[in-house]
Amino acid sequence: MATQQQQSAIKGAKVLMVGAGGIGCELLKTLALSGFEDIHIIDMDTIEVSNLNRQFLFRRSHVGQSKAKVARDAVLRFRPHINIKSYHANVKNPEFDVDFFKQFDVVLNGLDNLDARRHVNRLCLAAEVPLVESGTTGFLGQVTVHIKGKTECYECQTKPTPKTYPVCTITSTPTKFVHCIVWAKDLLFAKLFGDKNQDNDLNVRSNNSASSSKETEDVFERAEDEDIEQYARKIYDHVFGSNIEVALSNEETWKNRRRPRPIYSKEVLPESLTQQNGSIQNSSVTDGDATVSAMSSLGLKNPQELWGLTQNSLVFVEALKLFFAKRKKEIGHLTFDKDDQLAVEVVTAAANIRAESFGIPLHSLFEAKGIAGNIVHAVATTNAIVAGLIVIEAIKVLNKDADKFRMTYCLEHPSRKMLLMPIEPYEPNPSCYVCSETPLVLEINTQKSKLRDLVDKIVKAKLGMNLPLIMHGASLLYEVGDDLDDIMVANYNANLEKSLSELPSPIVNGSILTVEDLQQELSCKINVKHREEFDEEKEPEGMVLSGWTPSPATNGESASTSNNDDAVDVTEISTGSENASKKRRLTEIQPDDHKKEAENVDSGDDDIMEIENPMMVSKKKKRVA
Amino acid sequence: MDGEELTEQETALYDRQIRVWGANAQRRLTKAHILVSGIKGTVAEFCKNIVLAGVGSVTLMDDRLVKEEALNANFLIPPDESAYSGKTVAETCCDSLKDFNPMVLVSAEKGDLSTFGTDFFEKFDVVVIGYGSRATKKSVNEKCRELSKRVAFYTVDCRDSCGEIFVDLQNYKYTKKKLEETVECELNFPSFQEAISVPWKLIPRRTAKLYFAMRVIEVFEENEGRKHGECSLLDLATVLEIKKKLCEANSVSESHIPNSLLERLITGNIEFPPACAIVGGILAQEVIKAVSGKGDPLKNFFFFDGQDGKGVIEDISNSLAS
Ligand SMILES: [Zn+2]
Repeated sequence: MATQQQQSAIKGAKVLMVGAGGIGCELLKTLALSGFEDIHIIDMDTIEVSNLNRQFLFRRSHVGQSKAKVARDAVLRFRPHINIKSYHANVKNPEFDVDFFKQFDVVLNGLDNLDARRHVNRLCLAAEVPLVESGTTGFLGQVTVHIKGKTECYECQTKPTPKTYPVCTITSTPTKFVHCIVWAKDLLFAKLFGDKNQDNDLNVRSNNSASSSKETEDVFERAEDEDIEQYARKIYDHVFGSNIEVALSNEETWKNRRRPRPIYSKEVLPESLTQQNGSIQNSSVTDGDATVSAMSSLGLKNPQELWGLTQNSLVFVEALKLFFAKRKKEIGHLTFDKDDQLAVEVVTAAANIRAESFGIPLHSLFEAKGIAGNIVHAVATTNAIVAGLIVIEAIKVLNKDADKFRMTYCLEHPSRKMLLMPIEPYEPNPSCYVCSETPLVLEINTQKSKLRDLVDKIVKAKLGMNLPLIMHGASLLYEVGDDLDDIMVANYNANLEKSLSELPSPIVNGSILTVEDLQQELSCKINVKHREEFDEEKEPEGMVLSGWTPSPATNGESASTSNNDDAVDVTEISTGSENASKKRRLTEIQPDDHKKEAENVDSGDDDIMEIENPMMVSKKKKRVA
Repeated sequence: MDGEELTEQETALYDRQIRVWGANAQRRLTKAHILVSGIKGTVAEFCKNIVLAGVGSVTLMDDRLVKEEALNANFLIPPDESAYSGKTVAETCCDSLKDFNPMVLVSAEKGDLSTFGTDFFEKFDVVVIGYGSRATKKSVNEKCRELSKRVAFYTVDCRDSCGEIFVDLQNYKYTKKKLEETVECELNFPSFQEAISVPWKLIPRRTAKLYFAMRVIEVFEENEGRKHGECSLLDLATVLEIKKKLCEANSVSESHIPNSLLERLITGNIEFPPACAIVGGILAQEVIKAVSGKGDPLKNFFFFDGQDGKGVIEDISNSLAS
């Protein structure tokens, strides 16, 4: 129990909670019960039905409202006299700057994505405010304490970044269901309903164009008066039929691979569907109604049912028809959203038809949705346990009990009898580019890669910078901000399209770049090494960034969610793993325990995530013998 | 597959957890009937978790009238006297819990658990005794064991920042996946009486000290006729006397049970909400495992101590004697 001294530290503390989701709801409740009286909470999300099974402060009637605000109101009902301030906003917004963070005694993260976690980590370092970080997935959880100069920061160890696939695997040679999902979501769905001007690797040219005078006819263009079903079938035949035939004509590709089968709508669907189900005519939904669903108009009830080729084909055509009949206004600016039923139907059906072509096992809509939306496995109990652990660490932080800080793993299977396993925190990594000043090394083709590639793939994606600025010597090559004049913006935009070696201050082998983010108060140096060739399979980004850790053997299958539910990157369930530079102090733990944990992680009888589950990241660190 | 499919509404609501334990487990959960008594902080946390998980029904028992101190770690009781005055803890918590998940049937039942016959317990699949006396734990456990159907039996207790869970699943068979294969497993659990009768000198020295300390407190409360948590520093001498006797009777040294730990347990009468959240979370996870038949259940004690942060499983059964 908290002592008198602890109680007064709790009472007087001002804490910031980032995230009011699965962990956040539990955390806010436990903080309030534990006697915290000044709590600020930031969350940009609104409440969804699938949150209600664990985010217990929310009710069905709250769907669509701000999580931060509803959570605040709910907790004030059982603790009316405390101060809770809610912000329905993105923690990356500029108003949450270093000065904002400085007002707090401790920051508690209940976040769901890597990006925001890194951002908060940097602000806490800059503001010198202790951070208690957490994550859960299924029955696994983790809580860590990050204090500048005392313990490692959130980024002292490399974090897995989202998995990318070689373009040709997606466009021509899928071998796993996830490849079909990526194709259906990022290529087909984007082409059909997204921004027409966006780059897209889908072949849109009709292959009988040789006989046609207009040889670049875009199959996806729908003529004003074209019958919707005719159009849907044309798309079907093009992407599942003739595109496969085009691919098959390239014999070289199929020498060591199974040949796909072209599928045409007339083989699987009756001549005309309109007479069979008059769904569109009969349904009473109005234009723009987001609740239209091919499943309900086809009388399909169970999302966990496995549909065959015919059912998938019916769903595909029906969903396309519904999009054009009921949601026409949105076409051209839609992006895939896992909560958009019709979008999930199109993607599921298309991925399954493609999977059938390539001899890959089909999946239910429920499973496909999980993969397409990177949905995190989440249960209430783990969130509750992790929230309890966060509060225990927060109390130690407030009492400055530095020698009692623990990093705690919440395990599904006991390791050395323990389900909750505390470990002494690590020291900061002296070569961390975030909390120390170690330069990074970037291997890149300085003649071919554009500044835009560097900004998108490294500065934003890898370094997680929000408002970056790039300097080479005294020359400013790029920056982002509201206060730039038009000439500067034009200059920077022109720079983006130039290859590195053609820039006003050319970046070549041996150049040293300074990359800064003013909001995060982070600055780092990058040593550039020119390299001619990159392996398309292993290094699909065409550049390699290294240098801040002794290059751990990162699991190639790993990925991380972004902008999703509760949590993730419980990357360090590896209880026995050792930081290469120093030995963990908890020596009694057997290295093999980790393996068991990883094997058992996904024992669902429905085998939902047998393919590259993006959540179950298991980062293997080098072990010290 | 047993029984009917989950409804669309259930699939949407339970989407994220079905991704953890599967649709079959969810179906079994929706048919489970759970009896819970003694609704202090840890049990309130437990109830919230299983109601959210979507069990079939939860029956609450706690006839204490709501007083100010009951509010401490129990967020199911609104701090509004007009809402709870004249109501029992079970009735008040029932109202709050119903609200968490309209698909779960939550009700309150009056009476003294230890006076109920075996037929009462037959209606349930799971019985959880929160903060019970040693006598209540023993007698309810025995009644559950007399039934022909298997009723999963749990006790939970929290003092200071420490918690204890006891599990009796009797003879429990379950399957688990090991890589590609599905393996059949079988566990035999001792009753509460059998477990606490295991001579201490047979129990490995590295076993959680909390196990022994909790037994001392149990005997103290029974001898002195105290309710759960009715003790203070003034009782330390009596408690240490009991510890001495128990250690002697079991031929173990008194150093087995640190006095400082006993002192914490008798003085920490205000619940520590983070510990309640943690122990209530572990207990709910275990009940979900037992109901769904998925995953290794913990056998047969779990201890959490907020001071060192460890959550430890201890197997204390007759097998130690053989
Ligand atoms: Zn660092």
